Amino acid sequence: MRWIGTIALATLLNVACVPFLFAVEIPPDQRRSGFSFMAPDNQAIQNDDTANPGMLWVLDGEALWKSKIGAADKSCADCHNDASSSMRGVAARYPAFDTKPGRPVNLEQRINLCRADHQQATPLAYESRDLLALTAFVAQQSRGMPIEAGADPQLEPFVAKGRELFMRRQGQLNLSCANCHDDNWDKRLAGSAVTQGHPTGYPLYRLEWQSLGSLQRRLRACIFGIRAQPYDIGAPELVELELYLMSRARGMPMETPAVRP
Amino acid sequence: MASALINVPKKAKRGDVIEIKTLMSHIMETGFRHTATGELIPRDIITSFSCRYNGEEIFRADLFPAISANPFIAFFTTATESGTFEFSWIGDRGFSETASASIIVE
Repeated sequence: MRWIGTIALATLLNVACVPFLFAVEIPPDQRRSGFSFMAPDNQAIQNDDTANPGMLWVLDGEALWKSKIGAADKSCADCHNDASSSMRGVAARYPAFDTKPGRPVNLEQRINLCRADHQQATPLAYESRDLLALTAFVAQQSRGMPIEAGADPQLEPFVAKGRELFMRRQGQLNLSCANCHDDNWDKRLAGSAVTQGHPTGYPLYRLEWQSLGSLQRRLRACIFGIRAQPYDIGAPELVELELYLMSRARGMPMETPAVRP
Repeated sequence: MASALINVPKKAKRGDVIEIKTLMSHIMETGFRHTATGELIPRDIITSFSCRYNGEEIFRADLFPAISANPFIAFFTTATESGTFEFSWIGDRGFSETASASIIVE
């Protein structure tokens, strides 16, 4: 009888292990924004533009959009005019393929490329208030629109690389992104919801940061959490991961500037 | 640079209880943190907030280091007459910001 028990136990362990060995992607109808995991109090902050601290960055970004800078003495508005029409839907398509480097660039990098090429101005530092403000202002123009990133066929190999990084176990805890965000998003980690990891509202205001921050800042925090060596902000690997996550969230509405705990 | 977000109803009936919501951009540095090299980061917070309704002070608050960045302050008052709400934030390092909003009371 003992060996039957052993087989039964082995089978049980096998079954229990299956979800960890083969990450099951979330079916489209079960996808949920991080918003739906929040307490009503936090949802209320995001829903009210006069209570949402992210709007402080959006308003700063609006001022920067109109200010002339660089050797060319041009503002963003001088070429792009009214952002509410010219930038509508743009952030929902980023990261997008850029022919010059021959690879995807995210919205922050696009803004800095535009500064270098057309305004002849110095690039803004990642996570600086000005870059976050401009990014938030541009992304807010897409609020409510469905995410379309990754549709460009040129992006296919980069989406695949991002997906590979999402699925790869790494760090001292030997965890992949998928172990939490595909397999265990309905559970909690130390009292907090795990969530599905859809980047619908970046750059967003995290109460923990007491500031606006980019998706890459969030990704680095997650990578640090599994005790792996995080990539530098702006690294190609993070842009590819960003691209995969955005394509994974395709069709979900943009929420920028979102609020998260 | 934008610094304040104010939410006051544009219109109210006389005697209505109205909610006033304010958000001020500020880092609220506690004065208890250190840099990577061990130096103390000096305190830089808002210390006082007040609201005047047609010149009369209707709300005042003292703020302290435990209050988060970008403080959000909401309170209620009774709409008595048309006029202006004037908000004032005062803090460390000579920080001083004002904002105003008008209301029509029918």
